[in-house]
Amino acid sequence: MKGKNGNLWKKIRQQRFLLMMVLLGMIWLLVFCYFPMYGCQIAFQNYRITDTLGSSQWVGLKWFQKFFQDPVFFQVMKNTLGISLLKLVFGFTAPIVFALLLNEIRNIRFKRIVQTLSYLPHFLSWVILGGIMITWLSDTGVINKALIALGILDAGVSFLAKPEYFWGISVISEIWKELGWGAIIYLAAISGIDPSLYEAAEIDGANRFQRLWYITLPEISGTIAILFILQVGGIMGSNFDQIFVLHNALNDTASNVIDMFVYKIGIGNASYSYATAIGLFRSVVSLVLLLIANRVSGKLEGSSLF
Amino acid sequence: MKRKSKLKKWKAFDVCNVLFMVVICFLMIYPIWYVIVNSFSEGTEVLKGGIYWWPRKFCLENYTAVFKNKEIYTSFGITVLKTVVGTVTSVLFTAMVAYGLSKPYLVGRKFFMIMGIITMFFSGGLIPYFLLIKQLGMLDSFWVYIIPSLFGFYNAIIFMTFFRNIPVELEESARIDGANDFVIFLKIILPVSGPVLATIALFNGVGQWNDYFTGVIYITNEQWLIPIQTFLYKIISESSSTRIVQNMPATVRNSMVTSTTVKYATMVVTTFPIVCVYPFLQKYFVQGIMVGSVKG
Repeated sequence: MKGKNGNLWKKIRQQRFLLMMVLLGMIWLLVFCYFPMYGCQIAFQNYRITDTLGSSQWVGLKWFQKFFQDPVFFQVMKNTLGISLLKLVFGFTAPIVFALLLNEIRNIRFKRIVQTLSYLPHFLSWVILGGIMITWLSDTGVINKALIALGILDAGVSFLAKPEYFWGISVISEIWKELGWGAIIYLAAISGIDPSLYEAAEIDGANRFQRLWYITLPEISGTIAILFILQVGGIMGSNFDQIFVLHNALNDTASNVIDMFVYKIGIGNASYSYATAIGLFRSVVSLVLLLIANRVSGKLEGSSLF
Repeated sequence: MKRKSKLKKWKAFDVCNVLFMVVICFLMIYPIWYVIVNSFSEGTEVLKGGIYWWPRKFCLENYTAVFKNKEIYTSFGITVLKTVVGTVTSVLFTAMVAYGLSKPYLVGRKFFMIMGIITMFFSGGLIPYFLLIKQLGMLDSFWVYIIPSLFGFYNAIIFMTFFRNIPVELEESARIDGANDFVIFLKIILPVSGPVLATIALFNGVGQWNDYFTGVIYITNEQWLIPIQTFLYKIISESSSTRIVQNMPATVRNSMVTSTTVKYATMVVTTFPIVCVYPFLQKYFVQGIMVGSVKG
């Protein structure tokens, strides 16, 4: 027994520099990741700004009940899930389709140019893109002029001031920003497919569509599954960076997602306990969704995160 | 006969596909082009509208207005500073921690790994984090850009994957000479890790450059500390660009510069550095996203 302990100490002594390097990182994790988790306790307390953490009065599930009974609860959940599910259906499939189509381009140089240009918007911030969109979508903006010229509209519509357009704007603009970037990983997976599979299929008389359907898609299904799991884990998020820029008082009924609501309640009204409870609800549901998706994918597809 | 018509069908598909790709490219570039041509046009012309392909009454006054504005160049300076300092520190710090974690014989490695992986999938949320930053005294401080983004476990995993493929022999000789692990990391590992350092540096650099939210939420009083993206966010959301226009002499103001064109010029100035590093970005980012996709 003593020998084993002695060994451990010897090892620690030998690795003291390595351990110190790692421990600095772990201290950072403790402060910036684990301390906020510990701070989540104020979701179950009546936290006032002058309180030190841990000294507040416990109130049980009061804030969670308040959230579930809040008339805004239904709206917030509807917006969050609505936007996220649309992004899951269209935003997730668009890069796959784009990658498959781009893969059918025969001219290598043209293919490379398209690819390079397609991920340019990914590197621009939502502030820049949001700024462009706000101008374009205004009642005298480019979009309205184009629609009027095409005879689709009679008069300009201020798109971002109308809640009914918000979900669509959010989904389309995200596809625009992330289409090319999202396709990179699929294109890489496609280029990793063993060419002899295609040769064999060609000998068997498979046409291009059949090759795509029976070889390319099954071969990249593992990659698709992993990214799908991660996307499901993000359903409660719905891209705050984007919505924070596009949000305004007039479209609030459609753009008030969980993150927006937490921001307004917590930072705007300084109701820290209430906002923390909502945030904790969001984190827990996200984690559960991720674990479920991971499990299901592991069973069906054989690919999972862990 | 039948085969021929089939070939024709595929030919039609190819043509449509190429056309589709051309449309995609146009959609990706045109919005940016629109901003550029409008930023080089006279303000009153922009207000009349209809500038789509080329500047009308070409002028540089919008840019002069941007650079004469003290708020803009301070926030530009803050952005450059935070991007440089934030990127260098976080890359070195993350690499250092990841180097330790990449050693399979490290005491407690499994525990540290689990501790890190949890943070990738669960967080305390915005408010506890905000209260922490407040407690640490980093509200209205430059350090809020640097210290909270010093480390990230996702990046650490990318580093670890790379470090594990460095041949052990490289380190062995230094170890025999009596160098400790930290010296080995600095003198042996870092110099051979160029590609992965560049990848993570670009990831973090673009993240720093494009981040506007930190400035919105954690800078409350010391407005000179806000980065250019936050400044732009405020222009866009509160139309405070009228104030910039008022700094210009009256004669220029009336015809050439409007708040709209100043906004466009600021957008171009803000985007310019990203476009400059774009060729490097695509090379290293694509590598990085591939390394990251290999399961840690």
